[in-house]
Amino acid sequence: MKKLRENPALLSLVIAVAAIVASLWLLANPRSTIPFLLTLGSLLAALLQPIPKWLKVLIGGAILLLVIPAAGFKNSFLFELGIQTGIYAAMALGLNVVVGLAGLLDLGYAAFFAVGAYTWAIFGSPQANEFMPWKIFPLPGEYFYLFMLVAVVVAAITGVVIGSPALRLKGDYLAIVTLGLGEVVRVLANNLDQPINFTNGPQGITPIQRPPIDWFIGLLDKFGLQMSKAEAYPLYFYLLVLVIIGIVTLVNIRLDRSRFGRAWIAIREDETAARAMGIPLFPTKLIAFATGASFSGAMGALFAAKQLYVSPESFTLIQSIMILVMVILGGMGSIPGAILGAATVTILNVDLLKSASDYLNDLRNAGYTLNLGFFKYNFANLPNQLEPAKYERMVFGLIMILMMIYRPEGIIPERRHVLEMKKEES
Amino acid sequence: MLEILIQLLPSVLLEGLILGFVYAMIALGYTMVYGVLELINFAHSEIFMAGAVAGAEVFILLKGVIGNPFLLLALAILIGGAVAAIVAILVERLAYRPLRKRGTTNRLVPLITAIGVSFFLQDLVRLIEGLWHNAFYRRYPSFSVFEATYTLPNWIGVLTILATLWLAFWVIAYFGDWLVRLFSKKERAAGRTLSIVAAGLTLVFAFFYRHVIFADLGMTIQMKSILVIVVSLAMLYGLNWLVHKTKLGIAIRAVAQDAQTASLMGIDPDVIVSRTFLIGGFLGGVAGVLFGLLYTLVHPYVGFIPGIKAFTAAVLGGIGNITGAAVGGLVLGMLEMLGGTYLTFLTNGAMGTEYKDILAFLILIFILLFRPQGIIGQQLGEKV
Repeated sequence: MKKLRENPALLSLVIAVAAIVASLWLLANPRSTIPFLLTLGSLLAALLQPIPKWLKVLIGGAILLLVIPAAGFKNSFLFELGIQTGIYAAMALGLNVVVGLAGLLDLGYAAFFAVGAYTWAIFGSPQANEFMPWKIFPLPGEYFYLFMLVAVVVAAITGVVIGSPALRLKGDYLAIVTLGLGEVVRVLANNLDQPINFTNGPQGITPIQRPPIDWFIGLLDKFGLQMSKAEAYPLYFYLLVLVIIGIVTLVNIRLDRSRFGRAWIAIREDETAARAMGIPLFPTKLIAFATGASFSGAMGALFAAKQLYVSPESFTLIQSIMILVMVILGGMGSIPGAILGAATVTILNVDLLKSASDYLNDLRNAGYTLNLGFFKYNFANLPNQLEPAKYERMVFGLIMILMMIYRPEGIIPERRHVLEMKKEES
Repeated sequence: MLEILIQLLPSVLLEGLILGFVYAMIALGYTMVYGVLELINFAHSEIFMAGAVAGAEVFILLKGVIGNPFLLLALAILIGGAVAAIVAILVERLAYRPLRKRGTTNRLVPLITAIGVSFFLQDLVRLIEGLWHNAFYRRYPSFSVFEATYTLPNWIGVLTILATLWLAFWVIAYFGDWLVRLFSKKERAAGRTLSIVAAGLTLVFAFFYRHVIFADLGMTIQMKSILVIVVSLAMLYGLNWLVHKTKLGIAIRAVAQDAQTASLMGIDPDVIVSRTFLIGGFLGGVAGVLFGLLYTLVHPYVGFIPGIKAFTAAVLGGIGNITGAAVGGLVLGMLEMLGGTYLTFLTNGAMGTEYKDILAFLILIFILLFRPQGIIGQQLGEKV
């Protein structure tokens, strides 16, 4: 391993070969999990290891834009996975600003996701006719892009509204108050079907308009790919998510290096010292909160369009916790960490736990008997409560505890953190 | 309308008081742990839940063996409390102590661990229950002795109404005085003046509404509610004795004040922290059993809402303050019942009972913003 690191040419070669082998395997077996994970692993290695930049771009582009879409046509679940990963990655990046950079523990982050989702859901469906005097709803799908911006603004305003009381508090209190306010948003979404029907209550809102993609189908047609709308939408959303992730990452990097980013980190490290350096605490925190919220709001609008359906159930505490787990796993304050954390947790939650459940179910239904000589077990006796997919809380809880005890800085620690550690060692 | 609201008042307050005792016992766990570790033990709501589920198991398993429901309840309380205490000690030992030993400066680390433990425990209990019974919802069996209702004498209701009216008028008088002071240079009115004004207003009000207040209010109480009150009072009294009269209590208070100095006095802070978790966990477990007795259905996710409410209660009373937690629990229970009942009533059901959870959060935020030391806490300087 050490030898590899010292020889960039060899390293590049190894990674490139690994990426090609994994990609080919995935293309041959688009439905199995292992080649998919290997492909992602080689992508990750390419992005994180010290290899030439052109090779990184080449491998990254090839896997994200060619291999996964190509495999996705045979197994559309890959698109679903990619879209969800992307949505969560953008949200993790947003929460990373709040938790990672500014050090404000926000346990109600799903509230902003809900605000964004409902912003488009209400106006992109007949729901708005319930309380608006003019009956022009649903708005046509073109408005979706406009409403992503609207969702950004509305979520940022919500962030300011929630943040103004909450951010006057510190640490533990802030966490529990944001948790409470997050629940308040969910309860409101659940109950605002009377006296005036804004959110349609627990039934949720459906159908929600999607952005029109006729031009996209036409474009694909020119490349010789003929697709129906149902086939093209996953691809379109996948590409849209990739673009958004690119923008969000760029914004994050710029923010991280901006005056605000440094102010946030200063507040995180020591509030008193930051104040002494002339940083206005409350406004700076509020900006962090609103920035984080706006990312979440945009992804909410996208989520509503993708799902065609929103209901309060999608915005519970476990959602907020899941996004927090992504940030913690990847490394608080670290941008690649947030993306990696989002990918890991999403794949774990959406794919691995469900496949494990299916696998156990198959074993049970087949009545398979495990025979180790001294130990015999018939899987038909397996209790049907034992379904890994239903124990996401346990998994998330374990990740949080273990990370905090053994590696609180995350898988990919923040650069500043690494530099600090090095300084301490020398 | 007003007639019904007034006549409902005593029953609603009684319901709130009973719920408040449960909150008070959970809140004590939060406040004691906060006292010694300055950590909000998010997992305490799951310790409460563990007690509730263990109590349900005791009831269900031993129902056929032990005929006497009171004996059964006593066993359930003991075992539920013990299970919760063991869980609490294990949580401290396995999750919080490693962090303490490493000496992290980041305030988020213990908090995130606590949240993780909370989620882990929810699904752990679900797994155990699921493997054991193939279902994770447990129901407390009902006993006719516990369900029996008793009518309370009418004067209790009348006194409750009068006292509440007096309190309400006192608050009105206070804000009236505040309004007057906004526009004139009048001195702040003395508390005694306000009390007398409020008493006078109460008498006038009571005279005009005498047919409402002195009517037959028909307050009833169930045996299980009486049991909840008795057990909670016994627990609160026992805790008070433990904290103020025993060596362990003195040690706990010493560690809460200054762990380092306490260790110089021959107190092992680790042991004391562990004992604190034991006591808090036991109280939480007993509260869980009483909660199950009141609401019958328990499951691994039952702890979340009562946990948040109890935390609110602890903050309301001033976190770290043991008397405050008990008082805060009672006050919150009553406020919540009042809010829940009257809100639904006044809006003709347009605002359902879910809004009462919002009420608790709003109280929490309000208290944290305007009186972070709680209603009977003292102001603490900011530590740098």
